[in-house]
Amino acid sequence: MSNMNGHEHNGNGNGEMTLFLKIWRQKCCSEKGKMCEYTVKGISPDISFLEMLDILNQDLIKRGEEPVVFDHDCREGICGACSLVINGIPHGPEVLTTTCQLHMRKFKDGDTIVIEPFRAKAFPVIRDLMVDRVALDEIITSGGYISANTGAAPEANSIPVRQENAELSMDAAACVGCGACVAACNNASAMLFVGAKVSHLGLLPQGEIEGRERVYNMVKKMDELGFGNCTNEAECEAVCPKGIKLSNIARLNRQFALSSFLKKDDGGLKQEWN
Amino acid sequence: MTDINSNSNSNSNSNSNSSSKLDSKIPSGPIEKKWDEHRFNLKLVNPANKRKYNVIIVGTGLAGASAAASLGELGYNVQVFCLQDSPRRAHSIAAQGGINAAKSYQNDGDSIWRLFYDTVKGGDYRAREANVYRLAQVSNNIIDQCAAQGVPFARDYSGYLANRSFGGAQVSRTFYARGQTGQQLLIGAYQALMRQRNDKKVKLYTRREMLDVIIIDGKARGILVRNLITGKIERYVADAVILATGGYGNSYFLSTNAMCSNGSAIWRAHKRGAFFANPCFTQIHPTCIPMSGDHQSKLTLMSESLRNDGRVWVPARAGDKRPANQIPESERDYYLERIYPSFGNLVPRDVASRNAKLQCDAGKGVGSTGLAVFLDFAHAIKRDGEDKIRARYGNLFEMYERITAENPYKNPMRIYPAVHYTMGGLWVDYNLMSTIPGLFVLGEANFSDHGANRLGASALMQGLADGYFVIPYTIGDYLARLNTSSTSEKIDTNNTSFANSEKELNEEIRKLMSVGSRGKKTTTEFHRELGKIMWSNVGMSRSEGTLKSALTEIPRLREEFWKDVKITGKGDDLNVELEHALRLRDFLELNELMTRDALERKESCGGHFRDESQTKDNEALRDDENFCHVAAWEYTGEGKMPIRHKEELKFENVHLSQRSYK
Repeated sequence: MSNMNGHEHNGNGNGEMTLFLKIWRQKCCSEKGKMCEYTVKGISPDISFLEMLDILNQDLIKRGEEPVVFDHDCREGICGACSLVINGIPHGPEVLTTTCQLHMRKFKDGDTIVIEPFRAKAFPVIRDLMVDRVALDEIITSGGYISANTGAAPEANSIPVRQENAELSMDAAACVGCGACVAACNNASAMLFVGAKVSHLGLLPQGEIEGRERVYNMVKKMDELGFGNCTNEAECEAVCPKGIKLSNIARLNRQFALSSFLKKDDGGLKQEWN
Repeated sequence: MTDINSNSNSNSNSNSNSSSKLDSKIPSGPIEKKWDEHRFNLKLVNPANKRKYNVIIVGTGLAGASAAASLGELGYNVQVFCLQDSPRRAHSIAAQGGINAAKSYQNDGDSIWRLFYDTVKGGDYRAREANVYRLAQVSNNIIDQCAAQGVPFARDYSGYLANRSFGGAQVSRTFYARGQTGQQLLIGAYQALMRQRNDKKVKLYTRREMLDVIIIDGKARGILVRNLITGKIERYVADAVILATGGYGNSYFLSTNAMCSNGSAIWRAHKRGAFFANPCFTQIHPTCIPMSGDHQSKLTLMSESLRNDGRVWVPARAGDKRPANQIPESERDYYLERIYPSFGNLVPRDVASRNAKLQCDAGKGVGSTGLAVFLDFAHAIKRDGEDKIRARYGNLFEMYERITAENPYKNPMRIYPAVHYTMGGLWVDYNLMSTIPGLFVLGEANFSDHGANRLGASALMQGLADGYFVIPYTIGDYLARLNTSSTSEKIDTNNTSFANSEKELNEEIRKLMSVGSRGKKTTTEFHRELGKIMWSNVGMSRSEGTLKSALTEIPRLREEFWKDVKITGKGDDLNVELEHALRLRDFLELNELMTRDALERKESCGGHFRDESQTKDNEALRDDENFCHVAAWEYTGEGKMPIRHKEELKFENVHLSQRSYK
């Protein structure tokens, strides 16, 4: 049935939908997975995408089958746990929206929806739609911080920050670490993620001091973990639920170039900077 | 002991006693000197010896992550656990509005004393003065620390930090990072934690859920966790254990908590001997998006900061179903502004929630369910322009629109109260140690600072105060007094206490899986049913009748759960349904204690509203003569009545008075 604006619902009078799902099922990363087909009925346009999957899982459990496994937690778009590639797009068709905040009013009665895990070399599948994104934590561990020991901080207003910088820093700091940027990228690059961290900290005076080491160490770790490089296709920016801008990658490249250029020796992190 | 359910009108029931088991260790001396002098009196562990001590931290929200980073920096060996795939996902991340501090940057009359006073009063005089004063003192250090870490707080054009107002205060003391303050503070603490991980001072264990605390010779010496990927039970040993596992709001099924937030860690510790304080103190947040349907899995909060500019109203006439824009000004009731002219829309949360309920009960509720009130920005948009409002609350407005498909710039938001936070938690002394030696409890998981009602923007402050500025001092004193011959170098995971606890746990999992293979009702169905019992009987208002009815319904549901729960899959494998069942198993016990505590506390105070105890204006009526105490419950065994201990609260600096926001 066709539907002119995509927001009104047909089917059975009260707006409830029947949907055909194709979902990736995989026992673990060493076993082969496959697409499985399911039908869900009576889906209200007002529920969220994950609540639709909850309904499917309740049906499966009642039938004695194992529910589809997926990561989720806060269900309000901020924890970054939810993932999913929905009809080919990480976090689905609604821009600036995580999967948990996607609502079924974006779909039409009778739609077929293909649901896959985030796919990247650095994100092995754990089960079904759940993947291991620990690599992003490894990148932060390698240098994504300002080294301010508890207790050592000066009075907060003694470090004024230009408001424009504070705002740009906040724009970048809004990253939820979901990994959609990696999943969307042909090269499975984490440049947007790393660029966001470089901007968040590097745009603040507090973060300048360790700026060179930070960018260098994070990029090195990113390469080591199997993330690819950036070829400027901007898919990452298009799917980012928090609107992290491509300009963060430009800043990252600039700072990385400077950092590498000024480094005398690539032999170790403790080498002198010029 | 008499039956705790008895109808006795005597408030000094025989089950309560001011217990010698509760030593709050509040230092003597004037309140403004207590913390300083206490710090001086605490024993120290010398820097070279710190590396000999192992500390376990469970939970990586603001309290857990800040504690892990700070203890790592001091040189302790820290093992930190979380159930999410990354420590950055702990539910502190969802806090929106801000964090309080007594900086008085606005020159508007704030001070440490005023923050202390507001918090004690806001908590309806059921918090410890000494703890709250310390919280107010360190609030300023928190802002300094977070700014130094690179938390991108909102700033004025001058480059200095900006503030906004929150409920229960007449000054602007709330620091914020757009509507994502919790996220930014948590990322700050998470980064500090990861830095310690890089320095090898912190070992991180993700996707692990704590299922028991191990007691050896009367002291907390380790934990059992379930590896959520392999399903295997793992043992970890330490010299002290810190729980920072958050609150138990999900005992109501629908709440603003994350889906995986649960009460199991503190409940398991309670069953091993940690007293549970004021379990009935639950915060129902006034500004949440109303419930919509049966399949709803959670409720979403709209930050309290919206009440800076939004005006709350309902139609003046009951049953008026006209759309908001067709109701003229003269036929609207801005009831908070009318009833509370001094605080207006910025009354504390418990007051705002209860008034919304009263309006809806009177038939003035709006929306299709009638369980909502309006939060209207039309005046603010007219006054300041849409751009300014967008700059302040843009992300919240977008979230509202995504969920409801309504544009809040054009139509007023519809809001309704929802379960948000639990002030109750494990009892701790001034050092944040529970009644189990060596078991410390931080953040929402403890009970200490918010009394019967938490003020907005104070949860972030407390979590970080505990983790950055309290535990680093107090844990040293405990460790320094440990007999060095009994440190964890000498105790290992082969100890019989580990083996016995693991056996009990495996037996319980085996039993659940065996019931689960035949059962018919899913964990979600049980949880939803439990939530309905709680919301209708132990919710925004409680009475002897509703509480007694819950005390029969909860055990009935628990019995049914152990006979008929459906769980697929295997016990020793990744199994999301089993995870849920294990959490629910604990809620089914914890909720009974919440109800019992609510029944015993016959007064109203803060978020605990007993119908029997109200003023003629429907305000909470405290009974200071009989209930000016903390109720700390001791577990006495399966099927046995718990013992209610009392810690008397003394108010020497803020005088007990009927709270008034008029």
